[in-house]
Parts: sequence; C-alpha cells; structure tokens
Amino acid sequence: MIVEAHVARFDSISLDNGATLGPIEIAYETYGQLNEARSNAILTLHAFSGDAHAAGISHETGKPGWWDNMIGPGKAFDTNKYFVICANVLGGCRGTTGPSSINPETGCPYAMAFPVITIGDMVRAQKMLIDSLGIRRLLAVTGGSMGGMQALEWAVSYPDRVVAAIPIATTTRHSAQQIAFNEVGRQAIMADPDWNEGNYYGRNPPARGLAVARMVGHITYMSDDSMREKFGRRLRGKENFGFGFDVDFEVESYLRYRGSQFVNRFDANSYLYITKAMDYFDLTNGHGSLATALEPAEARFLVISFSSDWLYPSYQSQETVRALRSRNCDVAYVELQSNYGHDSFLVDIAEQSDLVRGFLSSTFEKLA
Amino acid sequence: MSAHAPKKQAFVRELLGRSDYAIIGEIVEPGSRVLDLGCGEGELLQWLAANKGVDGRGVEIDGARVQRAIARGVSVFQSDIDEGLADYPDGAFDYVILSQTLQETRHPRQVLREMLRVGRRGIVAFPNFGHWRVRASMLVSGRAPRTKLFPYEWYESPNIHFLTVHDFEALASVERMAVERRYFLAGNRKVTLLPNLLAEVAIYLVRR
Repeated sequence: MIVEAHVARFDSISLDNGATLGPIEIAYETYGQLNEARSNAILTLHAFSGDAHAAGISHETGKPGWWDNMIGPGKAFDTNKYFVICANVLGGCRGTTGPSSINPETGCPYAMAFPVITIGDMVRAQKMLIDSLGIRRLLAVTGGSMGGMQALEWAVSYPDRVVAAIPIATTTRHSAQQIAFNEVGRQAIMADPDWNEGNYYGRNPPARGLAVARMVGHITYMSDDSMREKFGRRLRGKENFGFGFDVDFEVESYLRYRGSQFVNRFDANSYLYITKAMDYFDLTNGHGSLATALEPAEARFLVISFSSDWLYPSYQSQETVRALRSRNCDVAYVELQSNYGHDSFLVDIAEQSDLVRGFLSSTFEKLA
Repeated sequence: MSAHAPKKQAFVRELLGRSDYAIIGEIVEPGSRVLDLGCGEGELLQWLAANKGVDGRGVEIDGARVQRAIARGVSVFQSDIDEGLADYPDGAFDYVILSQTLQETRHPRQVLREMLRVGRRGIVAFPNFGHWRVRASMLVSGRAPRTKLFPYEWYESPNIHFLTVHDFEALASVERMAVERRYFLAGNRKVTLLPNLLAEVAIYLVRR
C-alpha cells in the first residue's frame, strides 16, 4: 500500500491561550475508502514524535507508517472496511504548522514566536480537517500516549462527533513524574548553546541537546525487563571495558544511535512546544473532578493499558475508567500483559489487535 | 405422551450449555440495562444483547477472559468484583447478575448490598452446598466434598464461601432483600420439593 501525504490549508485557528494563528497547514494521510453514509471514518492520533504517516509505505520515503501493524487491509483497523485518517499535530514539524514553519509576518521561521499550544488546540485543528473532509461523525478516535490524550479530548470536546474512543496507554492528566521527564528533555535542548533561544534555523540545530532529550525519552518508553532482554550488560564490539567514556555498553550505543537519528527528523522547538502541550493537558481543569469533566462524553470507550508501562501506568487508565463508570458510560477496559513498557502499544500488538477489531466491528454494527 | 407432560414442563432447555443461563435469559426484560459480575468471556451478555436488546456491561478479573469478551464486542472491564462496584451510581442498572460468582467473592454480603445499590434487581445463581450428594460425599469420605458441582480439591477451589439454599434465604431475610422469584434446578429439571436437599443450582431474583 503506497500512500501519499496531503496538505489541508486553513485561514486561521483560535488557540486556548487566546491568540489566533494563521494561516495554518495540516499534513495528513488517509487509508481505505469513505463509505457513502460517511459512517466508517476513524481518526488515528499520533504520539509525541509521530507524524501523519501512520500506515502503508510512504511514497516519498519508502518507509512504513508508525502503526502499520495495526492499520491496513485485514488488520485491526481494517482499511477494507474503514476509512482511516491520520494528521500531524499542530506545533509539529512533519508538515503541519509549527515553530519551524514560516511566520507570514516576518518571512522567517516562527521559532519561539510560535504561540504555546495545547492538546485542545491540536484537536480543534483536527476538527477543522474532519469538517473539510465532509465527515460529520467519526466512527472512532484512537491513539496511544499523547494520541490517547487527543482521543479523550475529542470525546469530551466534540461528543456528538465521536461514536467510539480508544485511548491507549494514556492519561487524563500528566503526573509530576511525566512532567519531570519532559522538563529534563526541554532543559537538555535549551542548555545546548546551538539552541540560541530557539533561533537556529539556517544554522546548526541543537543536535546534542535534542539527542540527549530523545535518549531520556527512549528510556521511559522501555521497561527494565525489555532493556535487560535487549541489551543486558553486553559490551559493544569489545571484550573488555574501555576504561574511558566512549561507548562500552550496547545500551549506550543504542541510545546514542536513537538520539542522533532523531535529530534528522525532529525539530527541537517542536519538542519544546509539544511536550509543554502534554504537560498542560488536564481534562479536570476547571471541572473539579474527572467525572464532571467526562460528563459530556457520549462515546463508547475501549481503554487499554500495559502491565510494564511505567511512564503511563495502568492506574492512570483505571482512573479514567472509574470516572467513566461513575457517569455510567459504556466502557471496556483491560490491562494487557507485555514486557515492552510504554512502547507496547506500538510493538506488542497481537492482543491489542483482537480487542480493537472486535470493539470496532460491534460498534460499527450497532451503528447500522 | 400425556403422562410425561408435567415432567416436560419442568424441563429447562439449556442456553449456551447452561440451564441457569436459560432461567436468567427468561427473567431479564427486553431492552434493560444489565451488569454481569464475573461475566467470564461475556457469552451471556452477548446473547442478551443479541436476543433481548439489552445494554450490557461486564466485570471480570481474568485478563484473558476480558480480552475475549471485548473481542466479541461486549463492554467488559477488568476488575475485582469486591471492589468493582463502588464507582457506579445508584440504580445504574435494571439487573445485576451474579451467575455462580457469589461463592467466589471475598465479601459476599457486601457484594449483595452493592448489587442492590447499583441495580434495581439482582439475579443470583449459586451451586447449592446443601445438595444431598455434597452431604453424602462428606459423610462417606470424611473429607471436603467433591461432586459434579464442587469438583475441586479444597486447595484448588475458587469457591471460598459455601452456601446452601437455606443459607441464602436466611441472609436475604437478615438483609431485608425481597425475593421476587426463586428457581431450583437439578440438571435440566426444575425442583419443586425439598430444594435444599435436591437442588444443584438455585437462582434468585431479588430486590431491595
């Protein structure tokens, strides 16, 4: 399945911080066919460093999408049956307007002049896209991690537009620990002299800072078990310790490699803005309790967490489920056993596929 | 044929291989809201949704069973029954079903109270520990009884609170639960005489 990226353009968007941003572009891809009743559309929402390329082989890069094992003909999100959409988030750097985009007022990249955005803003932008595609109601909104936050936001902000929501390995609000890891990443970037208050476009980007930020991130996406299994204490290309500070261990080599690769595809300022949006995310904000915050939601929910995910631990999903239950919402929940930590929703997908497939088809049948 | 007519009436056709399910399927009114505690793989809820148009939810502790239930389209969440009810608002359901689950809960009395808080009615089905075979098994062997209904060694049994028909009636009275209907089964037959001795499974429809 070769897929092409599309771009939608809009005059402006109003943001949660009171500002108006415009014009904006939203990069997106679609898979499958929208049916005549326009009732089979599913919006998949990417995690922090993801992009619009969720499935198939990219026409431009030749690479598979980040959830290619979940989306496609015969897969959990069966593109023979459903019309699947994925868009890069607002503030991103993969085709949608973000800090690296050109500010029409100056003709230069926004950099730190880009407004601070929220998960709510990302979802508002997606809604503009969905409207422009002529889709009144989404069969499902789904995503893991930050994608799950957007799914929850969708269900609360546009309840009449969402039939079902599948938030995976996510939370209704960032905990102190989650904010802490994001802050380490941001500080690593801002401590890099090349960051230069965000004005590095056309010059050397803060590659070292961004790589360190990514290294920290990768640790939080794995688990003690998965790291022991993958690396253990194995040395990298040597029999004995080097008695220096070059790479000794496999795990060091892996993290350095992942860090350096990330620099090629991700903008450091986007890192700052998107992590801030995640940290600000709190569905209870202004509502008192989570149950009150979730009151508008009408969707059917499938909530999934993973046993070894210590970044978005199961208790956070369970809090969501309990609050939904107290509102008597239709909610299914299971904690899947997996060793892969937070990454489980991307890599350990056999059981997740069965759940999603069954949940979606029963939702689709009820609709018909 | 006519000589067998009364017997035929007492015969309960199985639903999904279980006679107690057939009774439950009969009790539940079409279109009602149902919570099944200890719903296993959600077979009963799926049947009730398809045949009675109920809006069903399930609670199940075993993750693998929850997965299979969700995969068949039933809204089940993974939780302990002893803790899983607290979040529900009062009267959220028309029926709360405890199908062969009560004897496996840690705090059955609390579960019954919660059941009738979140549900307008409760349907409780349980294996009768007072059945003559159970009594005979214990009397003859002098060991924890093992029968068709209680097939486990004592150290492997999921059943941690054994009760008889009389025990349930007594608790219902102490708890001021009104028994609307009671059914007693031995295999596929309804028992009318001496249920505490002859019933293998008892099914109660109760309310506050």
